[in-house]
Amino acid sequence: MSDEEDDIILSELSDEDLVAQMFDDLYDGLKEEIEEAVNILIERGWEPYRVLTEALVGGMTIVGHDFRDGILFVPEVLLAANAMKGGMAILKPLLIATGAPRVGKMVIGTVKGDIHDIGKNLVSMMMEGAGFEVVDLGINNAVENYLEAIETEEPDILGMSALLTTTMPYMKVVIDTMVEKGIRDDYIVLVGGAPLNEEFGKAIGADAYCRDAAVAVETAKTFVARKHNQGAGAA
Amino acid sequence: MIADAALTTRGLAPTGQGRVLLIACGALAREILALKAANGWDHLDLQCLPAILHNHPHKIVDAVRAAVEKHRDSYDRLFVVYADCGTGGLLKVACAEMGVDMVPGPHCYAFYEGNAAFAERDEITAFYLTDFLVRQFDAFVWEPLGLDRHPDLREMYFGNYEKVVYQAQTDDPALTQKARAHADRLGLGFERRFTGYGDLMTALAAL
Repeated sequence: MSDEEDDIILSELSDEDLVAQMFDDLYDGLKEEIEEAVNILIERGWEPYRVLTEALVGGMTIVGHDFRDGILFVPEVLLAANAMKGGMAILKPLLIATGAPRVGKMVIGTVKGDIHDIGKNLVSMMMEGAGFEVVDLGINNAVENYLEAIETEEPDILGMSALLTTTMPYMKVVIDTMVEKGIRDDYIVLVGGAPLNEEFGKAIGADAYCRDAAVAVETAKTFVARKHNQGAGAA
Repeated sequence: MIADAALTTRGLAPTGQGRVLLIACGALAREILALKAANGWDHLDLQCLPAILHNHPHKIVDAVRAAVEKHRDSYDRLFVVYADCGTGGLLKVACAEMGVDMVPGPHCYAFYEGNAAFAERDEITAFYLTDFLVRQFDAFVWEPLGLDRHPDLREMYFGNYEKVVYQAQTDDPALTQKARAHADRLGLGFERRFTGYGDLMTALAAL
């Protein structure tokens, strides 16, 4: 960090400059600075939901674009995500207390035989940032875990993640079981993970393959809006 | 001996001798050449693509396609010495389209141990290293994951793993010591497992 940056006192910045600084700090993965800035905005009377969307999600969107464009790489994205997580930890209880708008609900988990969760965790965080309630089942989930969770939680979306060529076919096991039980069409099923592709998503009967966390959020929003519209049309 | 750094970034050009061309991952070059020398497989020529494609599986299919197209007319037969290697089945589809065979299995970790034995173990919390990856650990693991700059990310990457399994192709105490040190850096347990060349040898012997 340069001397010039050392001299920045967050509490002395205007709201506009502070949000711009938060974008920079998220980009640089500076967790403590993000936590401090979130607290400052809350003290200044910002609604928690506004802090989340304008400052944190706004900053992470830039990170996401630069990752997609090959300017940033996984380590930098993880540091940024870690910084955002710090801000989210402050905001979460406040968001619940203030009844922030909820776009939808998602159950998400890495499939059986697979312990990789970096991508899944990023998706969870960005979905929460976008106003979704997320129930994260963690790693190594058998079909029973998914079925139990969707029955209990009644989400709009089921998300499945896999990093291995050997574990990604398990997503089809889950979807086929949902078909057998006659519940497949009750949920939006999104899948993601490094070895997956669009053709695979279609072949196993998912609603969509999501290339990265940003795409997952946009896809989820689109499908949930469509589902709600269909619901309104049927009413 | 071929330098690992060259195999990582540039691969290896074919010699033009032999009627069967192996199009292989650079991480397998030394092993394939050792098998070729030990068995007198003079009918096999070897071209290696840059080993670092291991870290970018989405680039493997196009690279293999380009190599097949380039050399198709110069050899009686081409054989792709990649397993699926994270291509999500796309390499298998591409090879079928091009009419060339490839090594079966999900990864070199699987075919070194033997695909059937590897599947049987079902070790989901093991992080595998081969001889090549032990030698090139920094270039393939430590630096690309940013652990040289941000060691605090280690838990995010490896928190769900329990051990490093070093699949040894050769008996080399110095490599074993190195592999153990890598496991320590990752904060994981360590197991050395001698595999030799496993299904790689079987696949090449059939050509």
